[in-house]
Amino acid sequence: MSAIQAQELRKAFGPFVALDGLSLTVEPGAVFGFLGPNGAGKTTTIRILAGLARADAGQVSVAGVDLRADGHLLSRRVGYLPEEPAFYPWMSAVEFLDYVGRLYGQTPAERKARTTELLELTGLTEARKRRVGGYSRGMRQRLGLAQALYHRPEVLLLDEPVSALDPAGRKDVLGLIEGLRGNCTVFMSTHILADVERICDSVAVIDHGRLLAEGRRDELIERYAAPALRVEAAVSAAEAFAAWAAGLSALPWVSAVNLDGLTATVQVTDLPLAQRELLRLAVAADLTLERYELVKPTLEDVFLRIVA
Amino acid sequence: MNFLTALRKEWLEQRRTRRLLIVIIVFVAFGLSSPLMAKFMPEVMKSFPETAAIASMFPDPTAADAVGQYLKNMSQFGLLLAVLLSMGAVTNEKERGTAALMLTKPLPRGSFLAAKAVALLITFGVGVALAGLGGYYYTYVLFEPLPVGGWLALNGLLLAYIFVYVAITLLASTLARSQVAAGGIAFGLAILLSIFKAIPTTGKLIPAKLLDWGMQAALGNCETAWGALAVCLGLALAALLGAWLALRKQEL
Repeated sequence: MSAIQAQELRKAFGPFVALDGLSLTVEPGAVFGFLGPNGAGKTTTIRILAGLARADAGQVSVAGVDLRADGHLLSRRVGYLPEEPAFYPWMSAVEFLDYVGRLYGQTPAERKARTTELLELTGLTEARKRRVGGYSRGMRQRLGLAQALYHRPEVLLLDEPVSALDPAGRKDVLGLIEGLRGNCTVFMSTHILADVERICDSVAVIDHGRLLAEGRRDELIERYAAPALRVEAAVSAAEAFAAWAAGLSALPWVSAVNLDGLTATVQVTDLPLAQRELLRLAVAADLTLERYELVKPTLEDVFLRIVA
Repeated sequence: MNFLTALRKEWLEQRRTRRLLIVIIVFVAFGLSSPLMAKFMPEVMKSFPETAAIASMFPDPTAADAVGQYLKNMSQFGLLLAVLLSMGAVTNEKERGTAALMLTKPLPRGSFLAAKAVALLITFGVGVALAGLGGYYYTYVLFEPLPVGGWLALNGLLLAYIFVYVAITLLASTLARSQVAAGGIAFGLAILLSIFKAIPTTGKLIPAKLLDWGMQAALGNCETAWGALAVCLGLALAALLGAWLALRKQEL
């Protein structure tokens, strides 16, 4: 059974269509990256999955709970972190997590142990007694993650979980999320592609409320990222290099050429042929080269290609 | 489910954000000052040449004047505080995003709302109780002892009167997008209710009628207004039910 199954989700806010028949499947235990440009429908999707909004049409089940029929069961199986988590400013982190523990019916001993564990995990132990009103955005994000993890949910819904963190904090939190792999299904929306590339094993790309691509990260890269070769010329060959690079576009196995100063990135349709021919052509043109390499495609290439 | 946990949090919030303290200070101040004003205001007026002539026309103040002053002050400021302290209860949580965060936990929307209503009832209950103690003592010292049962009835009815406006404001807070709008709606409804006072058939059933009943009870008279009490409690329950139904349908 899938951890998240959405079929033909539709949601409109007046004339604006936020979701237009979105369907996706997330396997249990996956760390799933949910990508899309601003306004693509990521947050709307997460709010529907968290039970905070209702789809106008379509079916959705999360952690085995059919949201239309048994939405009230969702809270014990799902953890949710909004993009900008908000707390009661007069509470301390300890008090807030204790309150969450009470809502989950935990005993005082269980609450104490779990609160201590989560504060440690999210690096908030020192600030545990400070009022949340004085927390930085990054600290609130960490506390948000702690409350989402409190009841050890089957599915964790994270809306831009590291957007407010500094590089060190981001590294810690991504490591923490990565550590959940296999124990919990993580559904994470983000626009930071390097983070997705680092920790997500499956990815979906949406735009204008529609699913554009979905699959395992490596499969997507293989499917969508065009192979490319990068050639860098010596300064002495600058003029001849520009002319040579411009001429490459006419070749049948070249799909695009991007020239940036003395570096040309050549996207090709037939990689083995290009690997044989490109260097031969450079030699024939009597170019002095500094560098010649195969470019490893990234998720960013995939994203830009799909969304564009 | 989880109502008591939510109530515990709401009650803590009433104390931490000093709402309880504000209610106690305002109510106790009026509880103590009302009998004093009833007793000494004519004396103060007599001491000024401009008002001495008018003051001399007034009869000597009685316990009824103290009770009247107490009811007038407490009901006016009670209504004001009921609206001011309740108008952000739901809108603020929706605006800030805490409602969205907490309502993904095992906290039903009905418990979320009921806890707020009960916490406000307790806050105003504590305020009225302390004001009632002070008001009773000063009335006793400056005038005469009032019937204890009647005084308790007056304060109970005063609390019911205030709670009607708490419930109406909670409904407004659930429906409105901002706390200012919620306050506006609540004050609008309060004005609407006061208009009904002028109509003989409805005038007997509006919340203000509870104050008349309280006044009579405190002075040892037997005039009652059960109809008004039933309508007020019905109004409060209907407002809370309406708020719950609205919140259930809202997307956060």
